[in-house]
Amino acid sequence: MRFSGLRVLKEGLTGNKGWQPHWRDPEPKPAYDMIIIGGGGHGLATAYYLAREHGLTNVAVLEKGYIGGGNVGRNTTIVRANYFLPGNSEFYSHSLRLWEGLEQELNYNVMHSQRGLINLFHSDGQRDAFARRGNAMINQGDDAELLDRDGVRRHLPYLDFDNARFPIYGGLYHPRGGTARHDAVAWGYARGADQRGVDLIQNCEVTGIDIEQGRVTGVQTTRGAIRAKKVGIVVAGRSGQVAAMAGMRLPIESHILQAFVTEGLKPCIDHVVSFGMGHFYISQSDKGGLVFGGDLDFYASYAQRGNMPMMEHVMEAGMTLMPMIGKARVLRSWGGIMDMTPDGSPVIDKAPVEGLYLNCGWCYGGFKAVPGSGYSFAHLMATDRPHAPAAGFRLDRFQTGRGLMDEEGTGSQHNLH
Amino acid sequence: MRISCPICGERDRREFYYQGAAVALDRPAPDAAAQAWDDYLHNRDNPAGPVREMWHHEAGCGAWLVVTRDTVTHEMLASDLASRVQEAGS
Ligand SMILES: Cc1cc2nc3c(=O)[nH]c(=O)nc-3n(C[C@H](O)[C@H](O)[C@H](O)COP(=O)(O)OP(=O)(O)OC[C@H]3O[C@@H](n4cnc5c(N)ncnc54)[C@H](O)[C@@H]3O)c2cc1C
Ligand SMILES: [Zn+2]
Repeated sequence: MRFSGLRVLKEGLTGNKGWQPHWRDPEPKPAYDMIIIGGGGHGLATAYYLAREHGLTNVAVLEKGYIGGGNVGRNTTIVRANYFLPGNSEFYSHSLRLWEGLEQELNYNVMHSQRGLINLFHSDGQRDAFARRGNAMINQGDDAELLDRDGVRRHLPYLDFDNARFPIYGGLYHPRGGTARHDAVAWGYARGADQRGVDLIQNCEVTGIDIEQGRVTGVQTTRGAIRAKKVGIVVAGRSGQVAAMAGMRLPIESHILQAFVTEGLKPCIDHVVSFGMGHFYISQSDKGGLVFGGDLDFYASYAQRGNMPMMEHVMEAGMTLMPMIGKARVLRSWGGIMDMTPDGSPVIDKAPVEGLYLNCGWCYGGFKAVPGSGYSFAHLMATDRPHAPAAGFRLDRFQTGRGLMDEEGTGSQHNLH
Repeated sequence: MRISCPICGERDRREFYYQGAAVALDRPAPDAAAQAWDDYLHNRDNPAGPVREMWHHEAGCGAWLVVTRDTVTHEMLASDLASRVQEAGS
């Protein structure tokens, strides 16, 4: 089934009776060439690119819940390529270019909206740091523009520019940054992978990883044992537990990140705005809700819900920056389990077990990475060689200290990112 | 979330700084192998369930605590002074 404007019109006129499920619901086969554990954005994109780029279709994605039930359906949907450090820059740049062709590629409306992202700064020192970041982005081939105070005012007239503690000096504008519909990204990749023959198996929790003589041979699941020559672990916040099934301890601590959404409002916030000093960022969804969030709660958690202090902090920061949002009523808040690494950057690498591959450590920023991560992880699993833009995401960088990617410059240590 | 400090009693989570899994109680010897240091600095059990953590009562009495907390329910299961835990041989 292909989507098109004509099709929507025809279905609209004939009672929408012709739509079909977007993917099959197959029984697991006894064996596959490759198994992807985790049906989040990264797992689904990996399966899609294994089929699309490498012709590998005897592949299963095993998801313990339902497609899109993890972080891929819980994030605040910001897509950007404004990283600074080599290793990160080229990866997110590649990912953003994939985003820009994604709807045509998947024949799926993922509502990618390049509405522009503005990171605000509040001091001369911060301006220098942002100017430098902007230059790094331009050198990478992406777009950046340093706005002064009046420049920001032209885009965001509603901010409180003269806040006593954090007056606004300007902002770094990334016009190609924006948002996308998070569920649709999962669904689009799921459908694309399924159409190419990949089995998407939901309600199938992996409970063990079979290893014989240092080589992976398959997995144990709640729907029986399944054999495979290669297995990829792509389970975000659950990475620690699944890796433990293969006897590994990872440089990951799972934390809680909350997000909030208000009732639907008329369009009022046209960009993605981030207020780093207050740990607050916001955009408006196409339904009209203001979607916003802040920092981690800062303690290990698998609860998928947060605590009140961070809620209060985020609301306070929002009111400081844009007092106009104070009248909007908050409808919902929720949390997701974040796979935090010591340096805040991810891992796409082979595991010490032959045939086992790791994709994890996306912290609070892995939604924008979905296309790039799937592409690079598929490349690694198919060819056993790292894909150039993701070659820096090595697992051994923590042990050797070589190639650490501490984008925030706070130190490579748990609890600092 | 409230954390119970053996000195001050039960207090708001905001009074405490979170350091993470209580690996500091078992620091490797300075000349230990690289793997031991990697495990200490970076690798974590990261359990979904009870975990022992270090919290600092920074806006209270200043004591370092070892808190046992359930990462799934956020329930506080036990807490003690880090110094006491260390003396008792963790
Ligand atoms: C509140 C919030 C806001 C965020 N905002 C942004 C943002 O604005 N921009 C951005 O780039 N990123 C953002 N992120 C981060 C981003 O959502 C994640 O980094 C990314 O979605 C993680 O990858 P994933 O999609 O594959 O994870 P998930 O969707 O969590 O996929 C992992 C899957 O693995 C499954 N699984 C786990 N264990 C097993 C098992 N044993 N067997 C089988 N399956 C298993 C899970 O059920 C889950 O479906 C945010 C996250 C949160 C929580
Ligand atoms: Zn105290």
